Amino acid sequence: MKLLTLNFLTCAVKSCKSTSASFPLHPKDCELVSDTLKSDPKLLFNILPRLDWSALSTTASELGFPGLPPSAPTKEELEANEKLFHDLHTLLLETHISEGSLVCANCGHSYKIKEGIANFLLPNHLV
Amino acid sequence: MLPTPSTSHVAFERVYEPAEDSYLLLDTLSSEAEKAFLQRRFSSTLTGVLSPLVVEIGTGSGVVLSFVDAHAETIFGREDVLTAGIDVNRFACEATVQTVKVAEQEQVVQGKTSGIYLGNVVGDLAGPLRSSTVDVLIFNPPYVPTPDLPELPALSNTAANSSFEDDSHLLALSYAGGADGMETTNRLLDSLPGILNSDRGCAYILLCAQNKPEDVKQRIRSWGRKWGVETVRSSGMKAGWEKLQIIRIFRT
Repeated sequence: MKLLTLNFLTCAVKSCKSTSASFPLHPKDCELVSDTLKSDPKLLFNILPRLDWSALSTTASELGFPGLPPSAPTKEELEANEKLFHDLHTLLLETHISEGSLVCANCGHSYKIKEGIANFLLPNHLV
Repeated sequence: MLPTPSTSHVAFERVYEPAEDSYLLLDTLSSEAEKAFLQRRFSSTLTGVLSPLVVEIGTGSGVVLSFVDAHAETIFGREDVLTAGIDVNRFACEATVQTVKVAEQEQVVQGKTSGIYLGNVVGDLAGPLRSSTVDVLIFNPPYVPTPDLPELPALSNTAANSSFEDDSHLLALSYAGGADGMETTNRLLDSLPGILNSDRGCAYILLCAQNKPEDVKQRIRSWGRKWGVETVRSSGMKAGWEKLQIIRIFRT
């Protein structure tokens, strides 16, 4: 799964949904893989504004990526900063999580990722 | 007609094999009427309409999600479409990853674009999704009326060498819908207001005649004026009854 997926996932436990601690989930012991994708400025321009930037910054720093700017860059900033454009392209579109887990900071439940597929089925006591 | 993605690599002993219902979804999503609807709603020339996120629940072999991903530009009029899948069956998730990969490679060979596939997760319906994030949701439910609803697979049931009973259970999850074939679909419908984008969100859901589609539509109308619902495609006329139909639920 692409790292970007984490921006759209939360803890599956019902009582966690209303708490801000359930998003983003925190990657733990994750192995990353990357592929090469042709970079297309239009893609990043249209994806960046729909992301939760602070959640993305948290995910990136927890996975050991260099710090992101405090707020999402505008189209003009991105056009003027080739390095930032390249870093974001790599982070969002080329980076996949292959193994590890995603942990909810509210309930502590850990969702395992195997071969790039995270398992959000809950044990009976959490359903 | 847009080509149907290949699923020849999928083990159909434990993953639902594409059938009439899957193809009805492909026909619907690539119909002139639905392309026009989606392009109006998600046009990249409208200000504020960012890359849409398409989520399919119950991806099975992945034939529908890979079709939308590979033909994103034709269907949505833009290639920056994000796609993702959820299935309760891990084997179905693995199959979908592979099916999307093959379909995207085929697009590359033909010099054509595809969307941006994020991945598949194992999960129960919309459970793993953050609220208000989904622009287009696609669901081909377990819609066959059955006396009982099969239990969700146990968390540990991920062994590669599963038994015949395990395989049958996974297949049962893909079709057995409990009372009126609606028990699982009703749970999904309940979650729609929470997960769909509050301005543009819409959902394509397949129903069969035994699901009492008119009752389902009436129920959605009772959600109020901010919601619309239409039958956008049907098939298999039998004695005046459509056997299968696709309804589109949408924010107005």
